[in-house]
Amino acid sequence: MKNTFLARNPSVLVFILLLAVITLLATVFSEAYGTGLLPTNYVKILGKTLCLCLIAIAMDLVWGYCGILSLGHFAFFGLGGYMIGMWLMYARTEDIVIASMTNAALPPTPDEVRDAIGTQIFGVVGGSDVPLVWSFAHSLPIQLALVVLVPGLLALVFGWLAFRSRVTGVYLSILTQAMTLALSLYLFQNDSGLRGNNGLSGLQNIPGLTDAPQSVLSIWFMWGSALALGLGYVFAAWMVSGKFGNVVKAIRDDEARIRFLGYSVEAYKLFIFTVTAVIAAIAGAIYYPQAGIVNPAEIAPIASIYLAVWVAIGGRGRLYGAVIGAALVSLLSSWFTGGQAPDLPLGFYTVQWVDWWQVLLGLSFVLVTLFAPRGIAGMFDRLVRKDAA
Amino acid sequence: MSALLEVLGVSVTFDGFRAINDLSFSIQPAELRAIIGPNGAGKTTFMDIVTGKTRPDSGRVQFGTPPVDLLRLRESDIARIGIGRKFQRPTVFEAQTVFDNLSMALRNERSPFSALGYKAGKSDIERIEEIASEIGLADHLKRLSGELSHGQKQWLEIGMLLAQDPQLLLVDEPAAGMTLGEREHTTDLLVRTARTRAVIVVEHDMEFVRRLECPVTVLHEGSVLAEGSLDHVTANPEVIEVYLGR
Repeated sequence: MKNTFLARNPSVLVFILLLAVITLLATVFSEAYGTGLLPTNYVKILGKTLCLCLIAIAMDLVWGYCGILSLGHFAFFGLGGYMIGMWLMYARTEDIVIASMTNAALPPTPDEVRDAIGTQIFGVVGGSDVPLVWSFAHSLPIQLALVVLVPGLLALVFGWLAFRSRVTGVYLSILTQAMTLALSLYLFQNDSGLRGNNGLSGLQNIPGLTDAPQSVLSIWFMWGSALALGLGYVFAAWMVSGKFGNVVKAIRDDEARIRFLGYSVEAYKLFIFTVTAVIAAIAGAIYYPQAGIVNPAEIAPIASIYLAVWVAIGGRGRLYGAVIGAALVSLLSSWFTGGQAPDLPLGFYTVQWVDWWQVLLGLSFVLVTLFAPRGIAGMFDRLVRKDAA
Repeated sequence: MSALLEVLGVSVTFDGFRAINDLSFSIQPAELRAIIGPNGAGKTTFMDIVTGKTRPDSGRVQFGTPPVDLLRLRESDIARIGIGRKFQRPTVFEAQTVFDNLSMALRNERSPFSALGYKAGKSDIERIEEIASEIGLADHLKRLSGELSHGQKQWLEIGMLLAQDPQLLLVDEPAAGMTLGEREHTTDLLVRTARTRAVIVVEHDMEFVRRLECPVTVLHEGSVLAEGSLDHVTANPEVIEVYLGR
């Protein structure tokens, strides 16, 4: 019996190949390294979309494979962005402050530098001290570790409490929404130490790389995003294609039965919930330097619901389905709401897509649920199987 | 020889209805026992209590030597220390292959980490093939279990029970939906299994119970009404009354 990793996951090779081709093409046509046909803005959109595909894979793992409809994974994504954003903002402000003080008569003391940074960053929320949560913001390695640790720990504690009490189904979904809402509301406060509704901004400027233009940085970040997505895809495929994946699918299909086989359902749920939260956080940490700004609105409950819609439309329970759904819907969404889509004059009424996109999205969600419960990937599967027959 | 499973004075009430009423029951390490009783006698609730699904209001349930208090364990822990259960309606994982179903049931480490690193070794594959031929599914290992017939699913679930390698098997209506030949095979398998471990069979079908040739416990209104050979209990006037109605 041929049972290698690739034999069990034929989609992995195709996916990696496609990903490499897209990234190479984008580089060839980029402003920094190629013909300049593709504006830097579009490179950034591509890079960001790859990150959204990565969080969609996380969502597919937790929902499509394990049956936990988490409506809170965007909170982990946002937290990942905040953690890397703190370093980006602090280190850059530090550079600027030191540069502006070089002309002073006396060299500035570390305290003076810190005070100046505090005023610079927290002036907008009426503060001047650097809050305690920023204690490690000067250190890239520590903040990188926090990208994984903070969302991971939050997911671990939340999941432990929820799964231990055997909260399942719609109740768990509501609980995850509550978590997201609470986090978002907390971050909206000015004294949260994370600049309230202003969020963290200027994240597209990478400290130490101030000479590199955005056109170059965008390509680097796009490659970084593609690498993360590729690794995430392989990791997810590895996770679900072995015995672990079988148990997780069994939990989705009949939780009580797998318990009687001696499996601790709670341990498995907690494991996959935490791992996917970490994947989401990593995706966020790569996304927000490309977006340039992270604020509490990003963590709003609706974002996590959209994530579920992407995966449902793309086809849950299939990794490439999640990727297709996230890429398609998020790109269409920014096209329709970005004002690029031409208005549709109907004579008696003009359809403006900025308003009507939501209706269109909602409608397609209903249609997919009714007529293609396995999403786009499901229809794709049917075609492939017909060809084979 | 001390009992493998000891149930002492257990009672459980659902919304004022006494499903199990001061029930005491015990079984030896290598014993076959049939439990019969009319609907609502508490047969399924009894299984639920032993497997940890339902917590009784009072009483004790002990298992193994030295005795472990089952009432303090979760379902998955109870399954792990050696109690396997086959449900009345066959419940297999239909989206997965016969091989994967058996592989999950196989007695191995159960933690997420061990499952991630698991690779089916030679001995595991051999054991799965051995079980598959025992349950007549050797040629169906790669099929999705959802595609199997009702009887085959029934067999697969019995196979999963064997793969778990439990000390005590709780089998709920194993012969339902089986042909005569399959029933004989099932009887055979259960009798053979009971040589090395304890098997409790819950069954409605008297003919099937007769073929098992084992002691019978009659449950009625949540407690033991009679115990003994099938001929002995069916001669009991109380049992006749319960079965024929008042």
